[in-house]
Amino acid sequence: MTDFTTTTTASSCSLLGCAVDDDERDFELSDYEGATARWCPGCGDHSVLTAVERLLAAEQLKPEDTVFVSGIGCSSRFPHYLKTYGFHGIHGRALPVATGVKLHRPELTVFVVMGDGDCCSIGAGHWMHAVRYNMKMVVMMLDNSIYGLTKNQTSPTTPLGHATNTQPRGSYLPPLNPLAATLGMTNVSFVAQTAEWVPAHLLATLKAAFHHDGFAFVRVLQRCPVYMPALYQKVVRDPRSLELLVHDDGVTVPELDALYPHRLAHDPRDLDAARRLADSATGGERIRLGVFFRDETRPRYEVIHRPPARTSAERLELLNAELDKYAV
Amino acid sequence: MGAGLIESIEQRPARGALIDQGPTVLRAREHTVEIVSDAGEGAQKCGQIFGAVSAKMGNGVWTVEIIPAEIQPPPRIPEGASGYRIRIGSGPVTNWGDESKLIVAFNEQVLLARHRLGALAEDATILVEDMWASHDNADVRRAWDAAMEELSARRYRIVRVPMEEQCLTLVDNPRKGKNMFALGLLSRIYGRDLDRVREQIAHTFRKKSEEVYERNVALVRLGYDWAAANIDVRVEVPPLRSAQGMLFKDVPMVVMNGNEALGMGALASGMELCAMYPITPATSVSHYLAEVFERFGGVLHQAEDEIAAAGVAVGASYAGKVAFTITSGPGLALKTEFIGLAVMTEIPLVVIDVQRGGPSTGLPTKVEQSDLLAALYAQPGDAPRVVIAPATIEECFYTVIAARRIAEAFRCVVMVLSDANLATGVQPFPRPALDERWLAPPLDLSPVPDGARPYGWDERLGISRRVVPGQQGGMHTVTGLSHDERSKVAYSAGVHQRGVAMRSRKLAALAQTLTPPEPYGADAGDLLIVGWGSTRGAIEEAVDRARAEGLAVSSLQLRFLSPLEPGLTAIFARFRKVATVEINYSDEPGAPLATEQGRRRGQLAWLLRAATLVDVDCWTRVPGEPLRPAAIVEAIRDLMPGAGR
Repeated sequence: MTDFTTTTTASSCSLLGCAVDDDERDFELSDYEGATARWCPGCGDHSVLTAVERLLAAEQLKPEDTVFVSGIGCSSRFPHYLKTYGFHGIHGRALPVATGVKLHRPELTVFVVMGDGDCCSIGAGHWMHAVRYNMKMVVMMLDNSIYGLTKNQTSPTTPLGHATNTQPRGSYLPPLNPLAATLGMTNVSFVAQTAEWVPAHLLATLKAAFHHDGFAFVRVLQRCPVYMPALYQKVVRDPRSLELLVHDDGVTVPELDALYPHRLAHDPRDLDAARRLADSATGGERIRLGVFFRDETRPRYEVIHRPPARTSAERLELLNAELDKYAV
Repeated sequence: MGAGLIESIEQRPARGALIDQGPTVLRAREHTVEIVSDAGEGAQKCGQIFGAVSAKMGNGVWTVEIIPAEIQPPPRIPEGASGYRIRIGSGPVTNWGDESKLIVAFNEQVLLARHRLGALAEDATILVEDMWASHDNADVRRAWDAAMEELSARRYRIVRVPMEEQCLTLVDNPRKGKNMFALGLLSRIYGRDLDRVREQIAHTFRKKSEEVYERNVALVRLGYDWAAANIDVRVEVPPLRSAQGMLFKDVPMVVMNGNEALGMGALASGMELCAMYPITPATSVSHYLAEVFERFGGVLHQAEDEIAAAGVAVGASYAGKVAFTITSGPGLALKTEFIGLAVMTEIPLVVIDVQRGGPSTGLPTKVEQSDLLAALYAQPGDAPRVVIAPATIEECFYTVIAARRIAEAFRCVVMVLSDANLATGVQPFPRPALDERWLAPPLDLSPVPDGARPYGWDERLGISRRVVPGQQGGMHTVTGLSHDERSKVAYSAGVHQRGVAMRSRKLAALAQTLTPPEPYGADAGDLLIVGWGSTRGAIEEAVDRARAEGLAVSSLQLRFLSPLEPGLTAIFARFRKVATVEINYSDEPGAPLATEQGRRRGQLAWLLRAATLVDVDCWTRVPGEPLRPAAIVEAIRDLMPGAGR
């Protein structure tokens, strides 16, 4: 089991030569709180925001060395409600921005917040490649299976037959399976599923993702009280409809044992098993939460693709040598 | 300039041309030569080496690639012509010139392509592989005969060269060696120093084995000797000498193409991240950077698509030193949304657009200047950005350095408009004297002073100090939504108006730092030609020729298109007429259905008319090749006030 008590210093600007070892600031929850969240009452986003603030405080992340990148959608307002650096960009493009941040400033701690439309529809091309780059970042896909900000359109994860403003006679196609898709991508290194209505599991999963050395993809199942209120109604009321994947290398939350009777031992190193379990993780008899896959041996792009630091004098010398090659 | 090389014209092509009376030597101030082959036969390599050697011997040089649109077109078709044009001169050469005086062709079909394009001078000397005349395949022989018939309409001097037969004496696969044989022919004809040729071969094939080098040198020697024995043409283009010595020896020079100059400019600017996606003709910038960037502490990121390339550059720039992306027309279209975001969030960004023919995929390998209005305006909402166009290969280098500094100082997007002509053109220029101030300074991660705001706009200039992640006390969320100076989403009236005004004011502030451009030719006169970008050399050469004819014409080449360089109205007022010359589309006056109001004009002409209220005319063409000075001279005659246009 991951040791959550160990606080790793994920951020340090030693690469830039400014030592901050004597930093003795203590950060409390309130140090991470930004503007008042304007999501609808009952929106799952609130619960994720709370879990994230608790994670930041538990890990004592320096607000100035932490960057939250989002796209567009209800959930993408996320960075505004934190007091870290934030980048509220354009629809579907959070991952390229996060890639740029991490590639140029690998010492920064990067979180990405996307919705289901953001990640699986307009940004799907980036999603697949970001998985393959496997850069260290926590990637939360807040999946409420509907477009909320634009008011009730079908999303790639909308259940088959669910009526929306764009598909009023029910959605035509079975929903896309984000877990299976992510697990199918080359160089995938961390895939987990959790739910906003199980806060202890949500926090434990985010912690596991944070401590993962690579691209940690977390799908958070969420309710939209306005446009998709019924989706998880039964599941929320009936703990037996959940199945928790448990393993020492995954997420195990002892206090949940009493409430959730269905547990399945799953070794997150087993990719084949992960893919089988992911196939029916939401559409099957029970909804599965837990770490499906985890492999820290996968190459990370920002580690492989790291140039040496150069001084101005070195650059000029190199450039002079370069000009020599073109000298007449 | 340069009359015919050879006075006598042979009606029937002969094999070689025996030099009974010794070679005819033409001394010229400049000469233009082409080498064309099927794709993959190495004509370009031959041309590159010839151009580089000529530059190193002190000649002015301009080279242009002749590129087929397909990677592997079928052999022996005119559309597949692949090659190189080299214009060498005693003094500086600023453009590709008009017509070629000498051409080496590996088959008669690629030769026909150049003939049909009007690329060859009326009296051009043609050295053509003659194996096709006696080929086993009757169709090939017929094609050869038909081609010779077609070519006989002009006064070409055709010399048949047994290239394949000669090469086979040294190598098994002449397809891999003919280009070096041809290099030998040209080296003899133009009196190139064989030691320099050998040096350049060693450099060009530095990644190949010693055996390849030896074989290539032997092939060059073979061609050289064959030319000495069989070709009676010699061309001397002596390097211009000043009192101190040769023109190009007085100052140290470097020689490279425009895309290499852009890449090297990026190195000199201190930028550390380039995100791109492959697209012709911009890609070779990244090829260059891929070789060297990492040693300089830089990262070249080949993104999954053009959009991501822009996004990675924006993300990197947001977090640190200014980053850049390189693209061409279709890629620029895809990057539009991120460019808008960078404008809105005031994240500095350099976007290099190496223009090609458009719209859509258009002419991927051919030059055009059709992205000006897209660079300026392709964006929903008001999204002011800086647009600069280098006019020479040397300027490609310096423009990137300037672009980085402007982007940083004004927290803005700077678009650099190069084009396919500059991208592949090769020209010597004075070696840059490097300056440490060109380099981006190290990131300032010091705590943000109390009260500082992420958009603490200076009311007069619109400029504000950038805050980057890592700075204590500077935490904020940037957003593409309209926002106030604290980067808070705008919910009250007036906030949007103010933000838009501040972002616009930065351009006005930058414009204050620019000086009025100076006309080339004379300060006043009958006609002022205004150009931008790579057409400078051809326009100025045309102005020289037209002035020699007695026409009172001058020209102006604009580097800054946004903001426009100041003082244009005053300059225009000194000329009876103003017209742009551009490589983009405009309706011809008098074209069917054309009306004065409805006439669609050249892109710079639109801009200048709007900015100056002067009735700026235009002469534009989209031939898929650089403009020729002779064509511009003709245009000048037509454009002169009172000429009837």
